[in-house]
Amino acid sequence: MTHLLEVESLAKSYAGVQAVRDVSFALDRGEILALIGPNGAGKSTCFNMLNGQIKPDAGEIRIDGVSTRGLPPRAVWRMGVGRTFQITATFGSMTVRENVQVALLSHARSLARWWGHGGAAQAAEADRLLDLVGMGSYAERAAAELAYGDLKRLELAIALANTPKLLLMDEPTAGMAPKERIGLMRLTAEIARREGIGVLFTEHDMDVVFEHADRMMVLSRGMLIAEGPPAEVRRDPEVQAIYLGEGLVYDARHQDLGAATPGAAAEEAHR
Amino acid sequence: MQLVFVQFMTGLASAASLFLVASGLSIIFGVTRIVNFAHGAFYMLGAYVAYTLTERLTGVFGFWFALLAAAAFVALLGCLLEMVLLRRIYHAPELFQLLATFGVTLMVEDLVLIIWGPEDLVGPRAPGLAGAVVMFGKRIPSYDLFLIVLGPLVLAGLWVLFHRTRWGVLVRAATLDRGMVAALGINQKWLFTGVFALGVFLAALGGALQIPRDAVNHAMDLRIIVEAFVVVVIGGLGSTTGAFVAAIIVSELNAFGILVFPKISLVLVFVVMAIVLVVRPWGLFGKMPPPAQAAIGTTVRPWRPLNRTELIIAGIVVAFVALQPLWLSDYALTVGSEILIFTLFAASLHLLMTVGGLASFGHAAYFGLGCYGAAFGVHAAGLPMVLAIFAGPVLAAFGAAIVGWFAVSLSGVYFAMLTLAFSQIVWSIAFQWVSVTGGDNGILGIWPAPFASHPSGFFWLTLAFVVPALAFLHMVIFSPFGYALRATRDSELRAEAIGIDRKRVQWIAFVVAGAAAGLGGGLFAFLKGSVFPDVMGIPTSVDGLVMVLLGGIETVLGPIAGAVVFKALSIWLISQTDYSKLILGAAIVVIVLAFPKGIVGALSDWRARFAEWRSDPRPSPGAAAMMAAAGAGGISGRFADPDDVAKKSVSGRAKP
Repeated sequence: MTHLLEVESLAKSYAGVQAVRDVSFALDRGEILALIGPNGAGKSTCFNMLNGQIKPDAGEIRIDGVSTRGLPPRAVWRMGVGRTFQITATFGSMTVRENVQVALLSHARSLARWWGHGGAAQAAEADRLLDLVGMGSYAERAAAELAYGDLKRLELAIALANTPKLLLMDEPTAGMAPKERIGLMRLTAEIARREGIGVLFTEHDMDVVFEHADRMMVLSRGMLIAEGPPAEVRRDPEVQAIYLGEGLVYDARHQDLGAATPGAAAEEAHR
Repeated sequence: MQLVFVQFMTGLASAASLFLVASGLSIIFGVTRIVNFAHGAFYMLGAYVAYTLTERLTGVFGFWFALLAAAAFVALLGCLLEMVLLRRIYHAPELFQLLATFGVTLMVEDLVLIIWGPEDLVGPRAPGLAGAVVMFGKRIPSYDLFLIVLGPLVLAGLWVLFHRTRWGVLVRAATLDRGMVAALGINQKWLFTGVFALGVFLAALGGALQIPRDAVNHAMDLRIIVEAFVVVVIGGLGSTTGAFVAAIIVSELNAFGILVFPKISLVLVFVVMAIVLVVRPWGLFGKMPPPAQAAIGTTVRPWRPLNRTELIIAGIVVAFVALQPLWLSDYALTVGSEILIFTLFAASLHLLMTVGGLASFGHAAYFGLGCYGAAFGVHAAGLPMVLAIFAGPVLAAFGAAIVGWFAVSLSGVYFAMLTLAFSQIVWSIAFQWVSVTGGDNGILGIWPAPFASHPSGFFWLTLAFVVPALAFLHMVIFSPFGYALRATRDSELRAEAIGIDRKRVQWIAFVVAGAAAGLGGGLFAFLKGSVFPDVMGIPTSVDGLVMVLLGGIETVLGPIAGAVVFKALSIWLISQTDYSKLILGAAIVVIVLAFPKGIVGALSDWRARFAEWRSDPRPSPGAAAMMAAAGAGGISGRFADPDDVAKKSVSGRAKP
């Protein structure tokens, strides 16, 4: 049986620097997969290749067995891929509701219509999505007015507008308060499991990753160095050295990572 | 061969002044993001002041001192302009500064007329360089040789300034990231003023250096500003080397165009520019610009279509306008028809510019094509009037479809310049293809049908065309397509990520806007009874921009108000005073300062404030505006001087 998303030996280099090399993985319906890695590891490049924003140098991406080779982002979206951006991209001059309406209209292929009021179309469905992400009371506000965390929520609502089978979320909780992070990812996980949506997300907050990811992958210098259930991956010495061991982000609750003290990490790095 | 050599040297000599002006324009744009339309006016002022000074200061030392003093004096005026006017509007939408500097240009044109009179003034020869040097058997003026040497010297001087001095490094840093430079504790105010002064100095020096070669006249500002735009765009915005190379290319094209392709000499430069922009969208030496700051469309008050009450009011207004022939004079009705036509022109540009975020500097081309379409319809096809009027939008849409196909690959200033280039191409075709268009003599005898031959009949006819067209544009803005268009403007990234084909949507908008402008053109041809190439000249395009900006760029009804006010004011002023440009320019500047959001923007601000005052005051919107301001201003806002921060938090609400 084919997986929802299959990635095979994906590679990309910029001006001679290999940003991503030989990345392969798969993702199933209803599965939540985290992609972690230090800054510059190639996470965003991976994401941008997955939705067609960047053309890979080599490799193959298949969604439900269909290759996305050569497709622009809008065509990938039509295949049922929703995405959120690391730096939020919304329609600032429109209200929160209109933002979602545009996505809904696009999904219904109604955006070429020259008559009727676009702001009145699909309002109920837009409100349902906004309520889902907890933005219902902001529907009339201009998107340009929103705080960052609320923009992230709005992005999720937009991404859900085409009833996606695959959701790509680039640092969905960056810029949010810790409580909000857990809340948003819990919500995402709920929706994903209920609707059978596969979710791939990048994240710097290990709390979020360990709490919600079914599986996680670690990217370092463009290569996947580990993959598996979070519990397993976080015991991987290489991962600890490259990523967790830097002591950047981990919580007291994950003291079992303590093996990777900064000193040990440094030793590891030397070897 | 000798002739070729002479032309080549003349071209090189002309390139020097052009380079000075264009590099100044480029430097100013790079740091302040201001498209300084007044740059040509400073060039002209430099020439006039230098003329006056060289009258009084003679001798070798006196002459050269006069040139430098003239440039320094004009640079001082530039400082004044920057401090009094531009400083207040840096946070306004990008094109607003263009409007303000355009107002200044208008004022300078009339001031020059008042101070120096309308005659061409011939300056003195440069002492010591009045003779000629014989090269390849031809006499080349020594002064030309001096200019040819001067160009590279100035380029080298600028390079040293920008790469070897602290100030220059700061300027380059500010070109890359203004916010970061502010965060490092640099007082941006004086950096901006200094850069502006330098740019103006270069422009004025360029003008002053021209006086031994050319007569000084009051039309030199527009000619040079268009060429300087072309140079900057071909060379790449922000690149002085690019400006140098492009100045030579443009000057040589001008010099040889007349020799080699006399038929298309006028269009040659613009064809080259269009090719460069299509092949290398950011110019020969330009780098891909950083994502433009949200210029248009960050309004905090989202748009909504007219509600029932407002529709009734609009209906009453239309009915009132329709009753005008009952009491207005024939002359007033003719003026009224013209104003109506220009509301359509402004509204069509608004669709592109405000809704689509694509500021076209060449929208007059489609208005003009509409005029010619109607003229061809009458004369070549023998169509009756109403059908001939429709031939206008058809021809305009055809032209817009071709131009738009190229233009939508670009955005921002480059889009503006490419549309400008294409409009000049269309203008040149109309001007030089005499057998079809009649060239400068135009096409005459485009008379309306008998029922519309009286001014009142034509007024009603115009109204019958314009009102449905405006209603159609309004419908498009709020239709799903209009939302798609705004989506591409607000965030191309997000638009593409939700299945919107940006180029296709913008191309369609370009064609629709072109057709609507063409309809206005078709009516205009019958109003005037004739068509001349000038109708699609740059001044018409600029008028359109002014109307949209004046009305309020972030409003839906702005273009209509802007067109009515601007057109009525300019027609009235021309009939009342010899110095209409001075007053009109001053009015534009005052309006920019007093109503930075345009007429309609200011009105809806007042309305909102009134509504707020009536309901209970709530603290939350203010807090939200602060948040938005902090988001927009970013780190830099928080670390800049308090004055700046205060301005930014205000700007978050008032001037996004």
